[in-house]
Amino acid sequence: MIAQTLLSGLTTGAIYALVALGFAIIYNASHVINFAQGEFVMIGGMAAAVFVETGLPLPLSIVLAIGIAVLVGFLLEKLAIEPARGASVVTLIIITIGASILLRGLAALVWDKKIHPLPAFSGEAPIAIGGATLLPQTLWVLGVTVVTVAALWWFFNRTLAGKAILAVSHNRLAAQLMGISVRRVLLVSFGLSAALGALAGVLIAPISFTSWDVGVMLGLKGFAAAILGGLGSGPGAIAGGLALGLIEALGAGYLSSAYKDVFAFVLLLAALVLLPNGLAGRRTAERV
Amino acid sequence: MPAAAPQSASRKGLLALAAVVALLPFALANNYTYEIAILVGLNAIVCVGLNLLVGYAGQISLGHAGFYALGAYTSAILAARYGWPALVSFPTSIIGVAILAWIVGKPVLRLRGHYLAMATLGLGIIVSVVLATEDWLTGGPDGMSVPPLLITGEKPWYWIVGGVLLFTVWLAQNLIDSPRGRAWRALHGSEVAAAAIGIDAARHKLAAFVLSAAIAAAAGALTAHYSGFITPAKASFLHSVELVTMVVFGGMGSTLGAVVGAAVLTTLPQLLTVFKEYEMVLFGALLMLTMIFMPQGLVPTLEKLLAAARRKPG
Repeated sequence: MIAQTLLSGLTTGAIYALVALGFAIIYNASHVINFAQGEFVMIGGMAAAVFVETGLPLPLSIVLAIGIAVLVGFLLEKLAIEPARGASVVTLIIITIGASILLRGLAALVWDKKIHPLPAFSGEAPIAIGGATLLPQTLWVLGVTVVTVAALWWFFNRTLAGKAILAVSHNRLAAQLMGISVRRVLLVSFGLSAALGALAGVLIAPISFTSWDVGVMLGLKGFAAAILGGLGSGPGAIAGGLALGLIEALGAGYLSSAYKDVFAFVLLLAALVLLPNGLAGRRTAERV
Repeated sequence: MPAAAPQSASRKGLLALAAVVALLPFALANNYTYEIAILVGLNAIVCVGLNLLVGYAGQISLGHAGFYALGAYTSAILAARYGWPALVSFPTSIIGVAILAWIVGKPVLRLRGHYLAMATLGLGIIVSVVLATEDWLTGGPDGMSVPPLLITGEKPWYWIVGGVLLFTVWLAQNLIDSPRGRAWRALHGSEVAAAAIGIDAARHKLAAFVLSAAIAAAAGALTAHYSGFITPAKASFLHSVELVTMVVFGGMGSTLGAVVGAAVLTTLPQLLTVFKEYEMVLFGALLMLTMIFMPQGLVPTLEKLLAAARRKPG
């Protein structure tokens, strides 16, 4: 029982971690909290499900779905975030909230308001390990998340494009003076975040199905994970996501499933009051 | 940071609003339009209070729907389950929510920016889950019915809500022009600088938080007794976001802006229903376009345009 609970907690935790990484990347590049992040998750799952229903093979559907999400991410940055440069943080938040309403409306319009399944990547036959049984999809979620995190690490530490993004997040003006195109960095960050969100949506859809409105809750949990870990910290986002998933699973399994969100948020509040800058956050000084 | 409006300007705003409230019934054709007007008024009350916190003290809250719903449910439960007269349960709910806001506000308001947004969001979600789960008390996700507050009918309620709205705006404008209001604006500018000149940041932030929560609770309790039915959806994250959106849309740091924001964003979905399945797409697009092209919100932007037009001769 305990192994089973921990495993399911890790699985949802991995999904939260991917969404939280998306929040962190956009926040680092632009200081925007993108409340439309959850809609990338929805677009990934919904587009893949609809492509499979029209008869396309699963791998092609997944690639196309992530491609669509990346395109939406680019458009969001170009059409909404860039024209609003210099607006206050709260205004930018409201713009992304508007975007999330728009995207949800479009999804209901272009697709439908039904619940869609996505076939598991490699069959539904459960695998027994020790006392626990797990679905092959669980392994896919955990495996792909590990590979993605490794790829992100490589991207941010070993490639020029990744280092440029880090440079902009540390000091935008200095990065600009070094010849880094801040515009391109913003565009790449939104595309990358959209890809991560869509990937999370594709991975979780075979387990929990998908519909036009799954983005709201997944986006919130991703935001909570990013905050728990310390906003803008990559390792923090991953730790925050896994912690949130495990707390939820343990709370739902041993205390009360109706109150699983309450456990998650009560612990989050307690953690924030004790560590006001998140698990991995640094203390900051403010220039007056 | 919102500039301090001169006393006379805020008085003019209050008089204009009073005139609108007094004259609007001539334009309201039937019960449905009255209903919308009452809804606008109730949302405007919440937004005027929330604007004190968001627009003046500069502290975001993504959980005010929680206080709104707690006000509604407290008054409803005391009246329906324990037989309290609504005239007693109504003020009790406001005081109860104010005390609760004080207790949770104390630790939570130490957080800043996005961390505060997350914490208030969490509080709101906790309230909405509790309201939906404890069905022995709240009726669960299906909601519960609420006994009326002395009177029923759209027309008397219009005047009650209009009166409470005017009182709230008057209260807010007096506070903004008081030393406390100046302290809030200083906090919005820079908390560190405000503290350096001797403003007790924690106390002033808490005051704005408690006051805005109490106003939200009052509007919530009014809504419950007016509509006679409440559901936990009133506490949802989406409702919290709606409330903040109204404040920012109308213009942060403008009391009149909060009222206009509430009016536009409450009536807009009603007007957009003729577009049926395109409703959400249009609403989202309009929200984005307004905030992109008027990042300061509707009322401050229009005020600036008016001032510029006046300066130009002819």
